[in-house]
Amino acid sequence: MRLPCPLCGDRDRREFYYQGHAVALDRPARDAGDGAWDDYLHNRDNIAGEVRDLWHHEAGCGAWIEVTRNTVTHVVSGARLVRGTAK
Amino acid sequence: MRIAGKGLNAGGAPVSFSFDGTIYEGREGDTLAAALLANDVRLVGRSFKYHRPRGILTAGSEEPNALVTLGTHAAQDPNIRATTQELYDGLAARSQNAWPSLKRDAMAVNDLMSPFLSAGFYYKTFMWPKSFWEKVYEPIIRRAAGLGAISGVTNEDTYEKAFAHCDVLVIGAGPAGLMAALVAAQAGADVILADEDSRMGGRLLAETYSVDGREGADWAADIVARLMAMDNVRLMTRTTITGAYDQGTFGALERVTHHTAATQAPRECFWRIVAKRSILCAGALERPIAFPNNDRPGIMTAGAVRAYLNRWGVAPGKSVTIFANNDDAHRTAVDLVEAGVKVAGVIDSRADVQALGDYPIFTNGKVVGTKGRLGLESITVQHSGGTRDIRTDCLAMSGGWNPTVHLTCHMNGRPTWNDDILSFVPTDGAIPDMTVAGAARGVFSTHGCLEDGIAAARAVVDTLGLDAVAVDTPSADDSAYRIEPLWQVEGKGRKWLDFQNDVHVKDIKLAAQENFRSVEHMKRYTTQGMATDQGKNSNVAALAVLADATGRGIPETGTTTFRPPYAPVSIAAMGAGAQGHGFAPERHMTSHQATLDRGAPMIEAGLWYRPSYFPKQGETTWLESCNREVGMVRNTVGICDVSTLGKIDIQGPDAAAFLDFVYCNTFSTLKEYRVRYGLMLREDGHVMDDGTTARLGANHYVMTTTTAAAGQVMKHLDWVSQALRPDLDVRFASVTEQWAQFAVAGPKSRDLLNTVLDADIDGESWPFMACGDVSIGGIVGRLFRISFSGEHAYEVSVPARFGASLFRQLCAQAEAMGGGVYGMEALNVLRIEKGFITHSEIHGRVSAFDIGFGRMVSQKKDCIGNAASQRPGLLEAEREQLVGFKPVDKAEKLTAGAHLFVEGADAVRLNDQGYVTSVCHSPTLGHDLALGFLRDGANRHGETVMMVDHLRGVKTLCEVCHPVFFDPDNTRAKETSNG
Repeated sequence: MRLPCPLCGDRDRREFYYQGHAVALDRPARDAGDGAWDDYLHNRDNIAGEVRDLWHHEAGCGAWIEVTRNTVTHVVSGARLVRGTAK
Repeated sequence: MRIAGKGLNAGGAPVSFSFDGTIYEGREGDTLAAALLANDVRLVGRSFKYHRPRGILTAGSEEPNALVTLGTHAAQDPNIRATTQELYDGLAARSQNAWPSLKRDAMAVNDLMSPFLSAGFYYKTFMWPKSFWEKVYEPIIRRAAGLGAISGVTNEDTYEKAFAHCDVLVIGAGPAGLMAALVAAQAGADVILADEDSRMGGRLLAETYSVDGREGADWAADIVARLMAMDNVRLMTRTTITGAYDQGTFGALERVTHHTAATQAPRECFWRIVAKRSILCAGALERPIAFPNNDRPGIMTAGAVRAYLNRWGVAPGKSVTIFANNDDAHRTAVDLVEAGVKVAGVIDSRADVQALGDYPIFTNGKVVGTKGRLGLESITVQHSGGTRDIRTDCLAMSGGWNPTVHLTCHMNGRPTWNDDILSFVPTDGAIPDMTVAGAARGVFSTHGCLEDGIAAARAVVDTLGLDAVAVDTPSADDSAYRIEPLWQVEGKGRKWLDFQNDVHVKDIKLAAQENFRSVEHMKRYTTQGMATDQGKNSNVAALAVLADATGRGIPETGTTTFRPPYAPVSIAAMGAGAQGHGFAPERHMTSHQATLDRGAPMIEAGLWYRPSYFPKQGETTWLESCNREVGMVRNTVGICDVSTLGKIDIQGPDAAAFLDFVYCNTFSTLKEYRVRYGLMLREDGHVMDDGTTARLGANHYVMTTTTAAAGQVMKHLDWVSQALRPDLDVRFASVTEQWAQFAVAGPKSRDLLNTVLDADIDGESWPFMACGDVSIGGIVGRLFRISFSGEHAYEVSVPARFGASLFRQLCAQAEAMGGGVYGMEALNVLRIEKGFITHSEIHGRVSAFDIGFGRMVSQKKDCIGNAASQRPGLLEAEREQLVGFKPVDKAEKLTAGAHLFVEGADAVRLNDQGYVTSVCHSPTLGHDLALGFLRDGANRHGETVMMVDHLRGVKTLCEVCHPVFFDPDNTRAKETSNG
């Protein structure tokens, strides 16, 4: 598996650390309430199809990236730096 | 039998080798199989289940029968295919699965029992009593069945791994692959051409075809020479592409030295090749025909007979018969006749065929029986003219050719049935960016393959934005492939399909009869295709039999799933570089050598190696040394290398705000040149890590993390900075390796430091939790007045290159003052006496509230974990909270991992009140101490609880107390006098 780091180019997945769904970018306000925080922390859909997830280019440039890929076809259709993309 | 002057290696030097202890002579360029056949050795192994005598079936990596063991002891290599093993001088091969000898195999009795050993037999027979399966049946079955054995000794051979990248990977170097590589290379693409054989050319090496008016093998050698001369082409022989993976990644096994006796270089190299495009030119594999007793030594595929004849100059028999449903039969006959080998008959299942040369032909023919216990002696043939026996020692059979579709199915693709060639062909687009050309997609003529290779490469280079140079298709045979269905022949005797797993036609029919009608069920019921050859030459025929037995067509029946690897790959090759230090590299502190010199045993802390204790002469147990070291720190001074703690340098105008966000407590209020303890939460409100952070300037902090969590914290800071707070102008870098840091702890710590610092320090200028730059022998270092022992203590750091020398200096000074160096055991005792936590306590399931730090979670600001840490469930009194424990009877032991119960209650899970996390014997207080978590513990100081360790059989009544056992007011660490 290869991931396109926006800074380094295509790299082997061994260079990356996998975090999980990109919903982690949408951090609720401190007082958003238990429901919002529960969704943010724990509730995840198990999607068959296109997903956005987070990877850390740990053995590379150190960038956190949001990768769009398809869990059925394994096609990686894009990646962008998370810097500046969060709410 | 060798035919003089025949074969591509006709001029090869003689090579001496042995098989089962008998010495034979082969010829340079032979495979072991070719050399055995040249010496008329037909019987080479016993089958897996019935121990039937078996011979060489094929001439390639798909071989199911001719498996041998090479080498002995640690170098023992079982299940080596004789058909791919190249001969070298002194090669010693042994047969497998036979005892006492290949010719008299005692377990051949299984074959007589075969009516009782059919498919599914184990499942039905060995059901009762249940306990017998593991203890009785399975061990017996496992001993009786099987192939080669491993040595049981650690493999000392070396293996290697490597990575490669290219524009175009061409898989297979037959006519299609050679042309594809040439066209792609001429267009300027960076090309890798890989082939599993030792020599490139594919079937051109095994046939008598001409290409461009020349011998096919010579033409291939020319193309290979041209490719070799090009800078943008890498040729990889002896390299099997084993799997196709995501984003153009391929696994490949290169057999580096299996063809030599050399042991210095790696045996194999496992490659990961990343290709923008790939062209699969893997060719096709010939399938046998399932006729009665079709497994006797001497019966082989027709293509293999031609390969042995044309490539190695070996006639596999003196009087050869041929049985086929396609034109391969006649090509084989013509080649044999031309070489002067007697062809006793061609049995063609088709009606409308003529002989192409001087040999007898039997149309509408079928082989209905064979004879010969350890090798083929005769066959019985039914044909248009009746039935007859023919004496023959070699039968070449061809049931048609299966395109090698395997790699195209590795990403869930399913092949498509093609009725013209009666086989499966790859489905377009099964692997992204892969094009299939030549026989691998059912184009079987040489001309067709050459043309297809060119066309595929032209299309591929076009997608890469390159211009293909015009190439003429070399002239070559273009005759059509004519085949008629023939899957099995009725008659008395078993009709073998999977030679390696001993599956025959009746087994498949039984599976269908017992309703294992799905192809995947049939496979598992019969074990068809589940051996090391993965059914390369039997799966399609087995499907056809199943289709017939279930009244469906082959396309509706479908195939089983082809999975990587295409050919067996040794675990050693896949795991190359990942043993020992390759698996777990060692991180050494700058004091490593000095520590070893002092005889300290090392313990692992992640990848780091840290001293456990420093034994003095006369000390016989670790506890003696540990107690002395603790006393030394409490009474004089001790030195400890603490460089393994993570150090992160944080700078920028928003450094303070950043720290306020990642720590639950506040750092913006910290004065310059002061240090503060910080607690870091996860977003779910649990504790992630702790450590001290020093402020070295308005916009400059140095954070320390625990040794274990250094990497995790760095990743977390990257996350927070990039994803959550990109608004903060802050930069940070891990400097763990850049600074060597030593604890100097004990009442005489300042006195000691003043012997090494260029300018003396005192209690006023360096109060508790002060920090700043210091000069040590002209070197700028840093000094932090912090304490993990509870004593008046410092940590001093210097650039790592000065670490070794500073450590030796500090140790020498400490020893001169009656102190010395201490290790992890003493460090642990010192911190437990003071109730300081480590990851034994903050193990991922505790909150700040649980460790008594609930108030540290500042509610004046947001921080990671703030919202979640305030959930009611994380603040309940009923939660298990950090407390200390002392044995009521001071002589009794405490153990880590023990659980806590109300005195008198049954020590069972339902009554569990908590658990012990850290334990030590305190030489300072004279008894055991423990830290642990107890339900509502903060309110239970003074109570007694029962500590029960079921594992070690220890039961101790304990007093619950505050977790700080020693100097609760911290007066020793805060010492200010200048004395």
